[in-house]
Amino acid sequence: MIYKETGQFKSTYESDHSIFPLIQDKIAFNILMLVAFLVVPFFIDSYWEKAILIPFLIYSMAAIGLNILTGYCGQVSLGTGGFMAVGAFATYKIMTFFPDLNIMIIVLLSGVITAFVGILFGLPSLRIKGFYLAVATLASQFFIIWLFNKVPWFYNYSDTGQITVSERTMFGVAVTGANAPSYATYLFCLILVVVLGFAAKNMIRSKIGRSWMAIRDMDIAAEIIGVPPLKTKLSAFAISSFYIGIAGSLYFAVYLGALEVTESFDIMAISFPVLFMIIIGGLGSMLGSFLGAAFIVLLPIFLKNVMVDLIGLSAVTAKHFEITIWGLLMVVFLILEPHGLARLWSIAKEKLRKWPFPY
Amino acid sequence: MSLDKIQSIPYGKEVIKIKNISLAFGGVKALTNVSFEVKKGEVFAIIGPNGAGKSSMLNVINGFYKPTSGHINFAGEDRKEMIPEFAAKSGIARTFQNIALFKGMSTLDNLMTGRLLKQKQNFLMQALYFGPVQKEEAYHRDKVERVIDFLDLQAIRRTPVGSLPYGLQKRVELGRALAMEPEILLLDEPMAGMNVEEKQDMSRFVLTANDEFKTTIVLIEHDMSVVMDISDRIVVLDYGKKIGEGKPSEILKNKAVIDAYLGVAD
Repeated sequence: MIYKETGQFKSTYESDHSIFPLIQDKIAFNILMLVAFLVVPFFIDSYWEKAILIPFLIYSMAAIGLNILTGYCGQVSLGTGGFMAVGAFATYKIMTFFPDLNIMIIVLLSGVITAFVGILFGLPSLRIKGFYLAVATLASQFFIIWLFNKVPWFYNYSDTGQITVSERTMFGVAVTGANAPSYATYLFCLILVVVLGFAAKNMIRSKIGRSWMAIRDMDIAAEIIGVPPLKTKLSAFAISSFYIGIAGSLYFAVYLGALEVTESFDIMAISFPVLFMIIIGGLGSMLGSFLGAAFIVLLPIFLKNVMVDLIGLSAVTAKHFEITIWGLLMVVFLILEPHGLARLWSIAKEKLRKWPFPY
Repeated sequence: MSLDKIQSIPYGKEVIKIKNISLAFGGVKALTNVSFEVKKGEVFAIIGPNGAGKSSMLNVINGFYKPTSGHINFAGEDRKEMIPEFAAKSGIARTFQNIALFKGMSTLDNLMTGRLLKQKQNFLMQALYFGPVQKEEAYHRDKVERVIDFLDLQAIRRTPVGSLPYGLQKRVELGRALAMEPEILLLDEPMAGMNVEEKQDMSRFVLTANDEFKTTIVLIEHDMSVVMDISDRIVVLDYGKKIGEGKPSEILKNKAVIDAYLGVAD
């Protein structure tokens, strides 16, 4: 009864095709946006910024990117860490070459550069599919990390091999660097995620998204109706890498500030967690990208709070337990609900529609 | 583009001319020197026993297989081979013997994919999704809704096609082909595995498509009563060779065809 669509009639195809066709969804989303933009910035502190909100936003961005490629276009990729590293190093190099460039432009440009790298590593996808493609993208992951380690030009010949962000401002407020206030970094990431999130959703519900899904579901039939396989797959690689590159750029410039490539963009640090995010969240679902990111970011924090603060375990022991429980939950989850959190949400919606009646 | 060329051909004139097509996979000869013509606006049937090379013929026409020798004259243009994308662009749509739908997408989205070639907005415009893109989406949605009305698919508009029963999936696949507004429709066993009612419905849809949209139809079918009822002309293949061609009444009397289907009496 809460979630009923009764009485909501669509009289144009435009309104029927909108992102939130149901008024309840629209209201809920608007409230969420109001809170995110107008309430959170006033209350955000450094802990919420660094431990929860910024990682959530950045991982959401990466998850959207990977979901476009894997969830919508069906091309399995394990190269997320590599592509994020490309975004980070692109940001670093652009910052060195153009000290006066606006940070927003730098971040977007890093995305564009990553998109081109993505196209390059997407080329094998015409010939290979599934697990074999996953292995090919794995090669890209290792190659890119190796490259950024081996060629000193990328880290400006620094002794440590680290790259460090310099301070950049938007409207007079620092967004990157050590002095950036919490609300500024948060709003910067939030704006990018919201705008690009809508852009992704728009692509998915129009021509290009349908071409991706056609390739995913049956490439032969897609070819028959005139979808060019190579072009479509490469467009998915490009746009997915664009999002992942921006995530990498933010990860470096806004979140960490300074990083070392092997440690930060390792396959265990990025590629697998982001893949788990979209699997747990729901393959081929925008909502799933966000739910998965939230799950993976929040779960360790939740477990730590419970074990250290509530039960009183030592931090080291808790960390071991955390990894075990994390893995266990992952397995249990995949068995119980292979379609992810997004499916759980749609089941819940269906239940709410009829509530309190059983049918 | 040859779409205009097809459209400029008057009804009743040859639109596809198959000339001495041979196709071999290693030592297996799927087709040997097959020639026939399809006239614009007709319902043309390809029949023959299992393994006669009927599906291979369709695959050659729409570019999946490259013929070993021979060529296809398509709307006045001679070509050795086609590529599927080009075939789609020149107005050839097809359905498959084993359903080839996009199982994860809804019926509506499946039909909308049929409009992909006709949507011109680039991806940046699609990402912004304003004015022209919205208008284009609505325009193509309108076209698709007509197909939905025509095929009685209203009730399953939002259902993922993977969960639909077989007969409906066949119908959705026909719908996707029709949404392309094709000039030539290749149907590979559209009635296989259907019961009598479903066959009647499907025959009605095929005939109406032929009658109202003036679509040329090339179909493969095993149900002889259906083939004899709805087709204008028939070509019969056996072991990759053409053994007969003509109107249904002529085919029924053709000695070679009867022998191929029933075996040769000693």
